[in-house]
Amino acid sequence: MKLKREWIGLGLTAPAYAWLCVTVILPLAMMLYFSFLSKMPMGNAEPAFSLRQYMAFFQKDFYRFLAWRSLMLGFHVTLFCVLIGYPAAFVLARLVKGRWREAILLLVVLPFWSNALIRIFAWTMVLRTDGIVDQMLHFILPGAPSIGILYSYPAIVIGLVHSFLPYMILTCYISLQAIDDTLVEAGQALGASNLTVFRRIILPLSLPGLFVGVVLIFVPVVGAFMEPRILGGRQSIMLGTVIEDQFTEVFNWPLGAALSFTLLAIVSLIFLAAYPLLKNRLKVS
Amino acid sequence: MSLRSAAGSLYLGLILVFIYLPIVIMMVMGFNESSSYELPFRFSLAWYEQLAGNETLWRAGRNSVLLALASTVITTVIGTMAALALSRYRVRGHAVLQILLFPPMAVPWLILATSMLIFFYYSGIGRGLHAMLLAHVALSLPYVIIVVGARLQSFAQDLEEAAATLGANPMQTFFRVTLPMIAPGVAAAALFAFGISFDQFVTSYFLSPPGVTTLPVEIYASIRKGFTPEINAISTIIIVFSMLLLVVVSRFYRFGGAK
Repeated sequence: MKLKREWIGLGLTAPAYAWLCVTVILPLAMMLYFSFLSKMPMGNAEPAFSLRQYMAFFQKDFYRFLAWRSLMLGFHVTLFCVLIGYPAAFVLARLVKGRWREAILLLVVLPFWSNALIRIFAWTMVLRTDGIVDQMLHFILPGAPSIGILYSYPAIVIGLVHSFLPYMILTCYISLQAIDDTLVEAGQALGASNLTVFRRIILPLSLPGLFVGVVLIFVPVVGAFMEPRILGGRQSIMLGTVIEDQFTEVFNWPLGAALSFTLLAIVSLIFLAAYPLLKNRLKVS
Repeated sequence: MSLRSAAGSLYLGLILVFIYLPIVIMMVMGFNESSSYELPFRFSLAWYEQLAGNETLWRAGRNSVLLALASTVITTVIGTMAALALSRYRVRGHAVLQILLFPPMAVPWLILATSMLIFFYYSGIGRGLHAMLLAHVALSLPYVIIVVGARLQSFAQDLEEAAATLGANPMQTFFRVTLPMIAPGVAAAALFAFGISFDQFVTSYFLSPPGVTTLPVEIYASIRKGFTPEINAISTIIIVFSMLLLVVVSRFYRFGGAK
């Protein structure tokens, strides 16, 4: 009987296993293999095993500069999402009650369900020279200079913050609304100021949600390529766009693979380095 | 209403303006006559009429819908099976499956998509709608397993054990007892899966051979060629469609929970 249950369990998970093997495990393994090839395997030329693609990253300033740019983009977007999103989640979880809260939460999540590409495209309408912001300004102040900031670094940041803000609001909201009111009341009864209650009770207890939000935003933003392409113009070049080029324009898949794994390694190292710091803070909760 | 919550409401209002303003402007400009988005605004349905005659977009749209439907059915079935095994049949190797669920959520989609491109190319799977289907299912599978799993966790196993005691075989127990209980979770998961596939751009972009595209891939190509209000029109249709879908989801799945 026990054996039979085990077989049923295996049979039920088998399709999911097989699917993830074909689409995730085998491809990532093959990409790792590719990243160690000296060149694209084409025709009769046998590619040799080499570290050349990885060396390119360390030898050419260009790639390190791009990696730095991508990391800074991830940092800026995440930072703005925290600064804007955390207070919003706080207001929603601690000050707004009942039906309003549910309605606003749904409104926050709603657009994040619509196509990411379309939301980025929408910003081109707002930010371009002669765009809405510009025309409004000229309507109010005729003769003012144009302020089209489309095709600039700030445009990329604005578009990405808009895309990822709902993640931050949602994850922070979930941990903020789970905080027991009696803890806050106990703190107040013992004479703590509002600021102390926030710093000593609410903030530590909401850190897990904040951390999940940071991971959910930082990882995809560092690998972004579509958003910089549409909003960045000449400023669009990032590690993500160079990886895209290796696969769609240049057809140097080994280099693209090596850059992908380098990116993955850098992101993992950052989170690994942050983990001990966070672990202590998270244990408090 | 205290001053504090008034200030809070104002802040939330500003956030909603930030979130919705670009989308609304984009939608409105699809109804503007000018091809270069010039104001003053003159209402026109010309761009929607032009859209109606755009064969390429219609084909891409049909591909998107068919792909999303197929992906939803496959993901919901194999995801529900896996969730059932994870919560009801504790067997060895479960930890492995749970770890396997992370990469589709934690690795940037760019890297997953390009690795699939390499593997599919050299393994003979190739590019095309079938390759996109493989990718879309993989990306939505973790979400389906998590949503259905959460629903399964919220029910005690008493009823299932009672059914088994009364002589029902595992199939009967599942279809007559478990499935009716988890139906809202399965429905929510299916709508999630549909949304993920219908909006999926990154994997479709790398796995589409020339001539076989989906809506997001086609829109990206048009944006890079230059903006026309036709893109606004098709975007508006997609947004309205997606949002209606989420409103349906929210009826099954309460966000935020009651407090």
